[in-house]
Amino acid sequence: MTAASLRDRTSQSGSTLTREEMAVATRALNRRRLTAFALVTPLLAFIGFAFVAPITTMLHQGVYNPTVAELIPDTLARLQDWDGRGTPDDSVLATMAVDLKRLANDRTAGKLAEELNRGLPGTSSVVKATARKLRNVADHDLPSVGAALLLEANDRWSSPELWRTVREAGKRYSERNFLTALDLERSPDGEIQRRESARIYIQLYVKTIKMALIITVLTFLLGYPLAYMMANSSSRVANTMLIFILLPFWTSLLVRTTSWIALLQTNGVINSLLMGIGITTQPIEMMYTEFATIVAMTHVLLPFMVLPLYSVMKGIDPSLMRASLSLGARPIPSFLRVYFPMTLSGLSAGGLLVFIISVGYYITPALVGGTDGQMISNVIAFHMQQSNNWELAAALGTLLLVVIVCLYWAYDRMVGAGNIKLG
Amino acid sequence: MKRPSVLLSAVAMLTLGATAGQTDDLTAVSFGGAYGAAQKLHMIDPYIEATGNNVLFEDYSGGIAEIKAQVEAGNIQWDVVDIEVIDLERACSEGLLEVIPRDILPPGDDGVPAEEDFFAEALANECGVGVIFWTIIYAYNTETIEGGVPSAIADFFDTETFPGKRALRKRPQVNLEWALIADGVPRDEVYDLLATDEGQARAFAKLDTIRDELVWYESWSQAPQLLNDGGAVMVQSANGRIFKDIQDHGRPFVMVWDSHVFDLDVWAITKGTPNLDLALDFVKFATGTVPLSGMQDVAYGPTRRSAAALVDPAVVNDLPTAHIDKGLKADGIFWADYGESLGEKFNEWLLQ
Repeated sequence: MTAASLRDRTSQSGSTLTREEMAVATRALNRRRLTAFALVTPLLAFIGFAFVAPITTMLHQGVYNPTVAELIPDTLARLQDWDGRGTPDDSVLATMAVDLKRLANDRTAGKLAEELNRGLPGTSSVVKATARKLRNVADHDLPSVGAALLLEANDRWSSPELWRTVREAGKRYSERNFLTALDLERSPDGEIQRRESARIYIQLYVKTIKMALIITVLTFLLGYPLAYMMANSSSRVANTMLIFILLPFWTSLLVRTTSWIALLQTNGVINSLLMGIGITTQPIEMMYTEFATIVAMTHVLLPFMVLPLYSVMKGIDPSLMRASLSLGARPIPSFLRVYFPMTLSGLSAGGLLVFIISVGYYITPALVGGTDGQMISNVIAFHMQQSNNWELAAALGTLLLVVIVCLYWAYDRMVGAGNIKLG
Repeated sequence: MKRPSVLLSAVAMLTLGATAGQTDDLTAVSFGGAYGAAQKLHMIDPYIEATGNNVLFEDYSGGIAEIKAQVEAGNIQWDVVDIEVIDLERACSEGLLEVIPRDILPPGDDGVPAEEDFFAEALANECGVGVIFWTIIYAYNTETIEGGVPSAIADFFDTETFPGKRALRKRPQVNLEWALIADGVPRDEVYDLLATDEGQARAFAKLDTIRDELVWYESWSQAPQLLNDGGAVMVQSANGRIFKDIQDHGRPFVMVWDSHVFDLDVWAITKGTPNLDLALDFVKFATGTVPLSGMQDVAYGPTRRSAAALVDPAVVNDLPTAHIDKGLKADGIFWADYGESLGEKFNEWLLQ
């Protein structure tokens, strides 16, 4: 059969495919697609349920807080006309008194108090004490004497600052948590300015990223030679070494972290040793420092660097190095120009893994970090568990996510994420 | 309030799956350790024996985040919770706890009605019934301390006379109070001053003077350990933990009672629990004279006069109730107001 006739037949068959045949073919294709989709549905559902939904909720919660708007809708509606200066007029105060009495009886005054206290520390007790006092006032009296009762209960109800806080907290959608997370706030005039009170979050983000970078570099310095040795020794030796790397990996994180406490503490193993052989006379303070956090986390995260490096190095043909040497390259340049570039994919994978895991690390810094070893995740935990400011925790978490995505993007531009290889 | 209720109920569903079929049991939650053991011995086990109802007794580390999550997801796992009064005020006013009627509480063993038998603080909040008076003191190790015998809060801040590390729990509470007292502020003015910017600055400035000698820890259990292994020569601690270590292990520790900051723990009931009747029944039983008097095992003061009368004379001097005149009552209302803003300032100070 000549090429020309084949071309002829193909074009013919293409054009002579009946509509019915095409439908059958399409149906078959669709069925295959559907089967494939059905197979991954459990995974997609799992990802949606366990990953996309929580993250979306978190993003949403950072900006959406309807608590105050739902608790005191009437007061907020009346407060709309207020110009933000001086005490709002009596009708607003009286409405607040009615709202507060209802909240006190529903036992939700504490929620309002907590939300307002966040904008203006010291407000919590004002709201709660006033609500308690209003509980026993008759309903029909409130509209007429409510304003006076409010001012009598606490003179801070006349302060414009408090009412500005009420108005601000009453917004369902607000960027204030993100401003706080960036150490910013709105001035009374609505301008964005640096926060007057504690400014800690930017500092913590910078510190977290700095520590993650140090840890990544350290795992590289320790892990690269190790992986190289493993990849270039006999399989018996390599397997033994692999077990030594995996054993700590299988050990509980808490056990590994606490054993560092035993090693590093003031009268711990290392200090006893140093003092025993006479290097120092005074114990060195290593525990509860940034140093302790870095050492312990480097140890904990080392396998994440070694394993991808090892699997990539395993696949490199040793004859390439020999070839480069036999062609006259010196060992170091030939390592740097032939071997090292081939391990970059494993290094990328290991580096990214270690960096991203350490940015969000929580337990180890909490246990061995003391004062200087704190990272942003510890503060997020503080807002989740102790101050109950879930909105701020969500905003901080979202920013952390944004920072990581930006860093990943920068990394992709500079190194290229396409070459990441886990094995 | 629409919190991430989808997520929460999902998590709750998973945990429910693991404990399904146990809804008839009462779940009581407390702080564990020696204190938890004393509660198990004197409250949980006798209750199970007396009534035949099953009680699951679990540990938590305090705070109201978990209670809040359960109430908002509408899925109550914890029926009865031991709460510090410093958190009680907030949990109650946010509607996370049931009101416990006073008239169900049994009279003392000597027949005195409950409302008179309990110390006033123990029934001050309608959502809780007092279990213990406990307190935060500092203790030193006689084997490692140098420079004399510390006897006042000011000595904790005096690193020249008493060199060495000091350990504090990493939070602003109690530490700022102590800083002001050590700086010469009378105990009854501490909270008023701490509400002002100048007072806060003064407290942090005082902490600054011992900054290099401070060790921070996260949980109470670390305090006796730090004192024992030489991590610090003086530690802040809950009094019961030091007492227990002296008693059980013969440690050379001494407690300093000057300006201790005392507080109460209460039994409270989670709002909306399906086991409300059982929970009330348990609280009634556990706050009776005899169970309360058992709290002396860990040197925490009972909250009923009739129970205080049953305390072993040998222990009386180790109870916070014997040192009330030297102490400062932790101000729950103050910390509800300023806990979060001082928490941020404290973190900022730590980072400097």
